[in-house]
Amino acid sequence: MSAAAPSMDFPVAAAAAQGYWQGVFRRLLRDKVAVACALVLLAILLAAIFAPYVAPADPAKGSILKRLQPIGAEGFPLGSDELGRDMLSRLIYGGRLSLLMGISPVVFALAIGGFLGIVAGFVGGRLNTLIMRTVDVFFAFPSVLLAVAISGALGAGIANALIALTIVFIPPIARVAESVTTQVRGLDFVEAARASGAGAFTIIRVHILGNVLGPIFVYATSLVSVSMILAAGLSFLGLGTKPPDAEWGLMLNTLRTAIYIQPWVAALPGVLIFVVSISFNLLSDGLRSAMDVQR
Amino acid sequence: MSAPLLQVVDLVKRFPLKAAPFRRRAVVHAVDGVSFDLAAGETLGIVGESGCGKSTTARLLMHLIEPDEGRILLDGREVGRPNGVPMAAARRAMQMVFQDSFASLNPRLTVEASIAFAPRVHGVAEPEARARAQDLLRKVGLDPARFAARYPHELSGGQRQRINIARALALQPRIVILDEAVSALDKSVEAQVLNLLMDLKRELGLTYLFISHDLNVVQYVSDRVMVMYLGKVVEIGPVERIYGATAHPYTRALLSAMPTMDPAHRTAAPPLQGDPPNPIDPPSGCRFRTRCPFAEEVCAAREPLLQTIDPAHRVACHAAAAGSGHSRATALAAAA
Repeated sequence: MSAAAPSMDFPVAAAAAQGYWQGVFRRLLRDKVAVACALVLLAILLAAIFAPYVAPADPAKGSILKRLQPIGAEGFPLGSDELGRDMLSRLIYGGRLSLLMGISPVVFALAIGGFLGIVAGFVGGRLNTLIMRTVDVFFAFPSVLLAVAISGALGAGIANALIALTIVFIPPIARVAESVTTQVRGLDFVEAARASGAGAFTIIRVHILGNVLGPIFVYATSLVSVSMILAAGLSFLGLGTKPPDAEWGLMLNTLRTAIYIQPWVAALPGVLIFVVSISFNLLSDGLRSAMDVQR
Repeated sequence: MSAPLLQVVDLVKRFPLKAAPFRRRAVVHAVDGVSFDLAAGETLGIVGESGCGKSTTARLLMHLIEPDEGRILLDGREVGRPNGVPMAAARRAMQMVFQDSFASLNPRLTVEASIAFAPRVHGVAEPEARARAQDLLRKVGLDPARFAARYPHELSGGQRQRINIARALALQPRIVILDEAVSALDKSVEAQVLNLLMDLKRELGLTYLFISHDLNVVQYVSDRVMVMYLGKVVEIGPVERIYGATAHPYTRALLSAMPTMDPAHRTAAPPLQGDPPNPIDPPSGCRFRTRCPFAEEVCAAREPLLQTIDPAHRVACHAAAAGSGHSRATALAAAA
């Protein structure tokens, strides 16, 4: 939120914004579903970060003799995969890449798309047409197709998959940012700020950002789940991570052949992807209603 | 005599419409050659139907939109020109209160931050800007201890409009433009806010430009009244002349539509029919002739100019101008 510091700042405005976010946080805590989702996400995130301490076994070490053990087998609480590696450990380690691939493209796209959208919405006119029509070109492609095409062109690998996903998410975020900004810009308090002689930069920082970031942020949160699924899809197609790295999408791919032998074990990465996506979606819903107290 | 505080000379604003291909680009003449003076300490009321250019005039004066033609002079010096009044100074001298009390306050800022914003922009130090905001809150009748930290949605409409007034006063302006500032309030609150405005005017020596469609309120607050129709001034004069010795048929029609509590002054004349003509393609000559009961040939042929019919009372109507060729004007001259 802190755009490059200008010569003067507005502690009064900052204090006000702080009060507002405290209120949002308080209302969010009252939302049982959102709190539960936040806890689930926090648990998965912490497990991924502290994987070496949490995981019971080495995720890369397998034993052909112990392959495709069922859930609850001795030494394998969640079974083992097609190379006899411990599923639980691989799921924990896999969370690192999967969460990275889910969250970071959205964060980058939020920065770039949000900037483009806010500038387009605030300046309007020709610049708006230029930015938004360019964005529309990318928006015209189905997101999966675009992600596959870009990462295919750039070549397989995690970094390229991240770039591809970022490009996929810039257009929708820019659109949301543009439409919210256009709405806010037309309100009288922005006119009043202009009448007071404030420059465009000050108006955006004090009057636009605070009213625009909330909705954009909520929308971006809901994209995290899409990003995770797309990332998993890229890995599934061999465009994202490569074996033997643990990543939920890739695990889903490699275990697919075992679906008739150990269906429950093969489904586990999918279950995690589902749980994380639905948690992000419900959390963003909760955030939306927690922020909507104005009217 | 020194120059009036504010002079507006031949202000023109046209809004181009989206044109269909291969057709002449249509243009709305929102404000078409408006001129008036504003003397220090007076209240000039501006009345007219919606779409007559009242608000556009206000926004032009505030430089929220740029005029296509015309000049705005502050203390006899042109605003925004070299050797004239710099824009920042003009902004400090002139501030505006908007109609929608909710939309004109940032929902994310406390009341105090909203008021302190403009002084901060003009380089007033933070503690001083806050002190000024608290002082202004007191001036508009809100206890700073209770209200400074509140958000707009925690206030009533009347309280919010008081905040908007405080915000407009934060730059210590000399002129305050009140664009339908009390129109959205209910009657009892409206009266309180009007009294507050009158008190503030006396206390701070303000000059008001009071835009409203409510003729009762305009009569109550104004020293002079300007009547606008389709982007033009049709009549301007002291409030008692406008309401007592009405000269323009349009003003008369507006006044006859004004609700009254006195049965002796019950509306007798039929109200105006229909909507104002399309401002993209206004009628030739007098723009009011299509709805005027006294329209004659001369009205379609020539556009009436503002004529002085009494010191300080000017009207743009052939029927009121001697020698215009209008039958009523001739009768008027014969009677005199």
